[in-house]
Amino acid sequence: MIGIFFGIVMYKSEAASWFRIYEMFRFDSFHMYGIIGSALILGIIGVQIIKRKNLRSFFGDPIKIASKERGFKKYFFGGIIFGLGWALAGACPGPIYTLIGAGYVSVIVVLLGAVGGAFLYGLLRKKLPH
Amino acid sequence: MPKIFSMEMILEPWPWYLAGPLIGLVMFLLIFMGKKFGMSSNLETMCTICGAGKKSDYFNVDWKASRWNLLVILGAAIGGFIGAHLLSNGNAVNISEETVLNLQELGFMSAGEAYLPERLFSLEALGNFESVMILLVGGVLIGFGARYAAGCTSGHAISGLSNLQLPSLIAVIGFFIGGLVMVHLLFPIIF
Repeated sequence: MIGIFFGIVMYKSEAASWFRIYEMFRFDSFHMYGIIGSALILGIIGVQIIKRKNLRSFFGDPIKIASKERGFKKYFFGGIIFGLGWALAGACPGPIYTLIGAGYVSVIVVLLGAVGGAFLYGLLRKKLPH
Repeated sequence: MPKIFSMEMILEPWPWYLAGPLIGLVMFLLIFMGKKFGMSSNLETMCTICGAGKKSDYFNVDWKASRWNLLVILGAAIGGFIGAHLLSNGNAVNISEETVLNLQELGFMSAGEAYLPERLFSLEALGNFESVMILLVGGVLIGFGARYAAGCTSGHAISGLSNLQLPSLIAVIGFFIGGLVMVHLLFPIIF
């Protein structure tokens, strides 16, 4: 259910549109920055509340929000490679499924590439700087 | 009851100040379910299911623990279908005037009239070697980069930055360096 909701939001906000991603990287519109920025402001406030009040999950368990592993190279180089792909194919790993569901058959090629890319990373991982 | 929300408004593209908070809501729903908001780890799970564990230990994980996340992306696909076919009255993306002009110069004639550029994503384009290669290479970069950086837009730009994580900030700066290089330096060569 959460996934369905997410998919609808991705499609309807046009965050799944190649054009919006291109526009974002040209700084021609506030749209994408507004989406990410407002999600983020809400996210920062919410995460602080969860941590300070030690809120529990729907099932009563304590909520643990894991910190990211320390590092620079993997985030920086990985980020640049991801950014190149994000701008070229105009989709990130969430909207890929949304677009396939919406009926854009050719996005399956992007998905196959992405699974192949993840596989390639698994193979080369030990040789890469992290 | 006063008519605050009408069906018309739902059928129109949603403004950022509605979409952004709703994405925040998705993240918090997942957190309160004891999960986390991150899409690209599914790519790894798919590799594992396909038997990639035989080639690299990296994929030797219990994929059944990540089944919930596969359900999220299945939902994202169903949501895409609903969004596109039941909740839209047209799929033109109203990008800015400058972007449209710029794209037309590059040869993207469908700019401002379609959801995705026809030149890359239409069924006819699937018969074009160059278009298919662009989609495939884009996909490989997305998958490789997202796993190398251990996260994508959802995992770093939304979840990670919400938790004020420095690694996520580094990754997001990387996303933008990559995106800007692609759009401003490589696009004029590719297209």
